[in-house]
Amino acid sequence: MTGAGHQRDPRAAAADGGGMAGRQRRLSVLAKAPAEDLLARWKQTGLDPSVELLRGPESGLVALRGRIGGSGQPFHVGEVSATRVTVRIGSGEVGHAMISGRDVCKAQLVAVIDALAQDPAHAEMIERDIVAPLEQGLAEADAKLRGETAATRVNFFTMVRGED
Amino acid sequence: MYVAVKGGEAAIANAHRLLASRRRGDATVPGLTLEQIAGQLSLAVDRVMGEGSLYDPELAALAIKQARGDLIEAVFLLRAYRTTLPRFGHSEPVDTGEMLVERRISAVYKDLPGGQLLGPTFDYTHRLLDPELAGDPPLDAPETAADTGERVIRVSDILGDEGLIEDDPATDISRPVADITRTPMEFPMERDARLQTLARGDEGFLLALAYSTQRGYARSHPFAGEIRIGEVDVEVMIPELGFAIVIGRVKLTECQMVNQFKGSAKAPPQFTRGYGLVFGQAERKAMAMSLCDRALRASELGEDITAPAQDEEFVLSHCDNVQSTGFVEHLKLPHYVDFQAELDLVRRMRAEHFAKAADDAATDVAKEAAE
Repeated sequence: MTGAGHQRDPRAAAADGGGMAGRQRRLSVLAKAPAEDLLARWKQTGLDPSVELLRGPESGLVALRGRIGGSGQPFHVGEVSATRVTVRIGSGEVGHAMISGRDVCKAQLVAVIDALAQDPAHAEMIERDIVAPLEQGLAEADAKLRGETAATRVNFFTMVRGED
Repeated sequence: MYVAVKGGEAAIANAHRLLASRRRGDATVPGLTLEQIAGQLSLAVDRVMGEGSLYDPELAALAIKQARGDLIEAVFLLRAYRTTLPRFGHSEPVDTGEMLVERRISAVYKDLPGGQLLGPTFDYTHRLLDPELAGDPPLDAPETAADTGERVIRVSDILGDEGLIEDDPATDISRPVADITRTPMEFPMERDARLQTLARGDEGFLLALAYSTQRGYARSHPFAGEIRIGEVDVEVMIPELGFAIVIGRVKLTECQMVNQFKGSAKAPPQFTRGYGLVFGQAERKAMAMSLCDRALRASELGEDITAPAQDEEFVLSHCDNVQSTGFVEHLKLPHYVDFQAELDLVRRMRAEHFAKAADDAATDVAKEAAE
């Protein structure tokens, strides 16, 4: 994941106790994780906070940008469907989520986990039982794809021309 | 001109009911699931997402099912659907250099960092129909090999030395990014707007134009510098958080076409580049897009505009298959009043034509008699 180049908003950074990088990674892992894996991990924790919807869930579009020539000026490639939601849990923390696709339940679950993770009483458990295993699952899926791709790598040989 | 007509409600309702039945086909055969379409007709799904300009495999699969496999109709359905959704904003520009590469080939360098990775390709198949696929034969799991961990560096990042190849255009962050979905097309177009238009353009149309450049209509001496296919992270700035997060991944095909260029008053001899970036696994489209992109840079590079592929108004006004099909297919809607008026006109012209002919003949006879 890249994202270090973005402007920090000092207020937002202060609001989550300086854990910006952690929250960024957490939300990114949760968004990329398959919905069924996320739900299975969530159920295992037994967590069940009361949830109030502050905004959404709402499905819409994100304009996807690429770069001319791969690294030049930005341009629009097309749009990606996305769903966003903001929740407040019983203990008062507010959680945000935006995920690609139209899975409203997944988006809401990500926002709830985001809210819970801001509570020091739950942060460690969420990291250990949800975020870390999902991140590992994603890494394993990537590694499997890399391994399958590596088997299709062309190895060129220089032919001996038999002149000597 | 199309004139509104009334009536035919019952016929239309019955036609749509018939369509639903024909779409479903033989009811004793199980219906297709969206998972089957997205999983086993994935390149059709990719094409519909690209030309529909909406990345959502499930919706594209639904559109293909509803359209009975008519991909342009499916593109139309997806375009219509996207107009009902609010726009949340835009992503950060995706970094194709960080792609989780599933395929990467270069036709200009044999040995390059990261290697030539064939991936799941039709290339080198014998294009013989496989009768076994009429059933559902068991398959061997894909072979695996140790991943070297070597970075798959973009060819454009290797070639930059010596100034032999043009650099990417300098980045001006403050410049607004063109968006043809918000601002009507206006010519001449900047390259960002051209690329957005080509990215959603019809594969067949762009393929034919690309082929025309190879056959000599705006020859651009192209080499496939690199083609890569794989997934990239989509990062979006979340205002409430004050930082960007990854909201998911999309699969893209990128093509860097490298073109020999003899130089002009505006630029020295060098290799120039055409660029293609398309949703999903869509290699032919990405290659065609990059050839068209390069051809459309003619005036920027000081080349003579002599061929259709270089004429941006021609290419960009006609590459959208939803627009094209709308105007071509509207001809089948009732034009009765219009045609009646034309009938009267043609009758009158014919009457005048024959009257004049008879008149001329009479004059000739009179002349001959006089002589």
